[in-house]
Order: sequence, then structure tokens, then C-alpha cells
Amino acid sequence: MDHHPTNWGRPRNDTVDPYGTYPIHQRPTNVPKDAFAAGIQHTQQPIVTGTSVLGIKFKDGIMMAADNLASYGSLARFRDIQRLHPVGEHTVLGAGGDMSDFQYIQGILDELMIDEFAAGDGHTLGPAEVHNYLSELMYARRSKMNPLWNSLLVGGFKDGKRFLAYVDLLGTTYSASTLATGYGSHIAQPLLRRAVEGREDTLTEDEARKILEQSMQVLFYRDARSLDQYQIATITAKGVNISESRKLETSWSFAEGIRGYGAQTQ
Amino acid sequence: MTSIGTGYDLSASTYSPDGRIFQVEYANKAVENSGTAIGLKVKDGVVLAVEKLVHSKLLVPGANRRIQTVDRHIGLATAGLPADGRTVANRARDEAAGYRDFYRSPPTLKTIADRIGHFVQMYTLYSSVRPFGISTILGAVDKDGPALGYHGAAVGKGRQLAKTELEKLKLSELTAREAVIEAARIIYLVHEDAKEKEFELEMSWIGPETNGLHVAVPKDLFDEAEAKAKEALVSGLE
Repeated sequence: MDHHPTNWGRPRNDTVDPYGTYPIHQRPTNVPKDAFAAGIQHTQQPIVTGTSVLGIKFKDGIMMAADNLASYGSLARFRDIQRLHPVGEHTVLGAGGDMSDFQYIQGILDELMIDEFAAGDGHTLGPAEVHNYLSELMYARRSKMNPLWNSLLVGGFKDGKRFLAYVDLLGTTYSASTLATGYGSHIAQPLLRRAVEGREDTLTEDEARKILEQSMQVLFYRDARSLDQYQIATITAKGVNISESRKLETSWSFAEGIRGYGAQTQ
Repeated sequence: MTSIGTGYDLSASTYSPDGRIFQVEYANKAVENSGTAIGLKVKDGVVLAVEKLVHSKLLVPGANRRIQTVDRHIGLATAGLPADGRTVANRARDEAAGYRDFYRSPPTLKTIADRIGHFVQMYTLYSSVRPFGISTILGAVDKDGPALGYHGAAVGKGRQLAKTELEKLKLSELTAREAVIEAARIIYLVHEDAKEKEFELEMSWIGPETNGLHVAVPKDLFDEAEAKAKEALVSGLE
């Protein structure tokens, strides 16, 4: 309600002054105040994107994998992007979806971890706290109709406990002994379940790595937005280890027989 | 005190007839009544140590910390009013976070010290605020290596004696580990046992063993340093 006397009995938003009432004094305007704020756009779609992230539980902790590609549409634009990000001593964050939003999230988490460090109270944030923080962040942003366009996996190991959970642009969360985001949730998740479920407490680190390698290979064959270079993160009682970039072994000889790919025989 | 009741000590923007600003003098008094704080910049790191006078037996050990962390690699020790120390530390944290947000890199000690200097000075300019009753030592290991602004610094009650002790050391040749031992010795030395009540030693460091982080000195080294400090005190009396 506008209580200003000079606006009484007037239509709102009149840009002209038909009765020549100026100058009495400056009348407050009823037009939107900040033309720039009106120009702010909310995220409608991701631009530079990463594809699947995989995560599994194994005997000693959590293992995660993501390739090094950031696509611009269907163009394989950036081939050296790390999509597994350490958060403190116990946690790794893996991201699919918009890579600029992922970088923004990294910045927020970095500041959060510094605040916690500066408090110096002897406590540190573990994977459960980081995941809960992210779920609140993602849900708050989707509620502003301006989501951070990612699907995230949070994996970690703290106080003798494994943690693996998912959160996405809607603020949806769930947890399981195998998780995959994006295309991987269709292609790799069934493979991971068959290999891991029921064996979480017996799988060795080598076996877990083998499972992820095979899943990443299948994803590279099937997912047109994937790359054969990827990294593996291992989180155990010893802390976080994110591997150097590794290359998948693939064989494309079968492709010769595919009509439309190899030399045409008829 | 002669200044009280004259009306000249009500504001930091009022001079007394003989050209003094009492509010600034009060601030210095607050520092002089506080336990000593020292900082040592050595070959491979920085050590901060504080003589924290314990005013009441009811206080839990470790309460009212006077060494605080500003950023991963920056520490801050104060002498004076504890609450003012926390205000300045909070501002320093905000500045460090702001620097990181703007420049996307960890702040150097120099920029943080500059900004805190400006912040503190602003509180000497207006009648609506009083000056901070603290002296502050900032220490860091940043991209240019260990940083303190000085090789050694001392503030608070025992600063004169602490400074002469610091001058006797070859600070640029010490390791951080050796500096912790020396810092504990100096704090124990400057503490006036007869006059003062109990005190708690508080020490933090940034060095190769801390991975460039500002953290409390680990318990084993702390105990070693404290034992040696007490030993040195006894042998010094003989």
C-alpha cells in the first residue's frame, strides 16, 4: 500500500503528469526500482556439462569415478576437467551437470571449510554434514526457481563409517551402496548393483577399482557425452586419494561391421 | 586518574587542553594490563605464544583463547580486552574470505594486516566509537614464505623483556620446532610470579610440520617446551 499523500487518488505507474502537479516535491515512483535486477535471468538450462559420476561402497570405504570431460552441448569442449573434488579430509564431492555451478559449489564449500577450521573447536565436517548442507543449498536454490543444475554424489569416510549419498538440482536426496548420476544411473547402476550389493563388506580396494573401471568402459561405449579419460577417488580411514587421470582400454574393431560406421560392403 | 570527570575522556575525537587523547591512552592501558603475547618469524615458519592470565579459578582450562585462526594459513594473537580481540579476528576472517572471493587465491599476510590496520584506525576517529583496547600480532606462511612484518614481536605487559629476549635469538636461523621451545621459555620468563596470578600458556604455529596450516602446537611438543621453560626458569634463578 502506498501511503504517500501525493499518490492518493492516482493510478499507479503513471509516467506522465497530466495535471501538471510538478513541482510539489519529488514523488516516489511506483515503477520497479532496479532496472538491472529485472534483467537478472535464472538458470533455464545447463551450458557446459559433465556426465555421469559413479560411487560404490567397499570393504575399507568409498570409491568414486568420473571422467574428465566437460561438454558444450554435444561438443567435447574441455577434456581435462576434474569432476571429483575433495572437501576436507574425509569427503569427496563428484558432480555431473553444469560445470560453472559445480565451481560455484566448490567455492561455497571451500569458504565453509575455512570457517569451520577457523572456529578451532576440534570438530571437522564429515561427509554426512557436507551432504546435508548441499541438500539444503540445492533445495533453497530450486525454491527460488533458480537451481544449481547438478547431480552430486557425496562420498566419504569418517569415524569408522562409510557414507555415500546423492543430491540433485531439486534437492532430492537418497543413499545406497551403489550410486550413479545421469546416464550412468541408467547404464552403470544395474551393473554396479550386481557387482556390489551384498558384498560391501568383503570387496577389496582392487576389486572395487575393477568394478568401476568396467562400468566406466561400458559408459564410454554407450554414452556419447563421455570420455575415455577418468579419475578414481578412494576415501578410507587413511583419508582422501584422488588418482591421476587414467585412460580406458577400449577396442573398436567390432564397429567395422556396423552399417553407417565402417566401410560399406554393399 | 586525572582525566576522569574533566570531560576530555568521553570521546576519541576530543583533545585535552595539553593535546592528549585519553581514549587512546586508555586503550594502551588495557594492553599493558594484559598478559604478554609474542610472535616469532623463523627460517621455516611462524610461532605465536601467549601468557594468558587466568582471572578466576572457575574458568575451564582453555577458555577465552587469545590466539585465533583467521584463515587456513593466518594466525592472530592479541593482548588487551579479549572481546575486542574477537571483534578484530572476526573482521580479519571476513577480509580473508572477501579477498578469496575477489581474487580467487589465499590472501597474503600483508593485505590482511593492511586492511585490519585501516579498520582499527577508523575506531579512533569518531565520538560514537572507542578505540580497540588491544595490540595484535598477525603471523602467516603465505606465498612469499613466513610473514610477521618483524622477525620477532611482543605486546602486552612483559613486552620490553620479551623483546630483549627475542633480540638475543638468531631468529632467521631457527626452525619452527626450536622456536616453539624458545617461545615457551620467553613467556615463562616474562611472567611475574610474585605479582600475578596463575597463567596458561597458549601456543600455535605454522610450519612444514603443519602443512602450512595455522594450528595449535601438538601436545607432545607443547609439553616438552613447557617442561624446558620451567627448567630454564629454575636454573636461571640460581
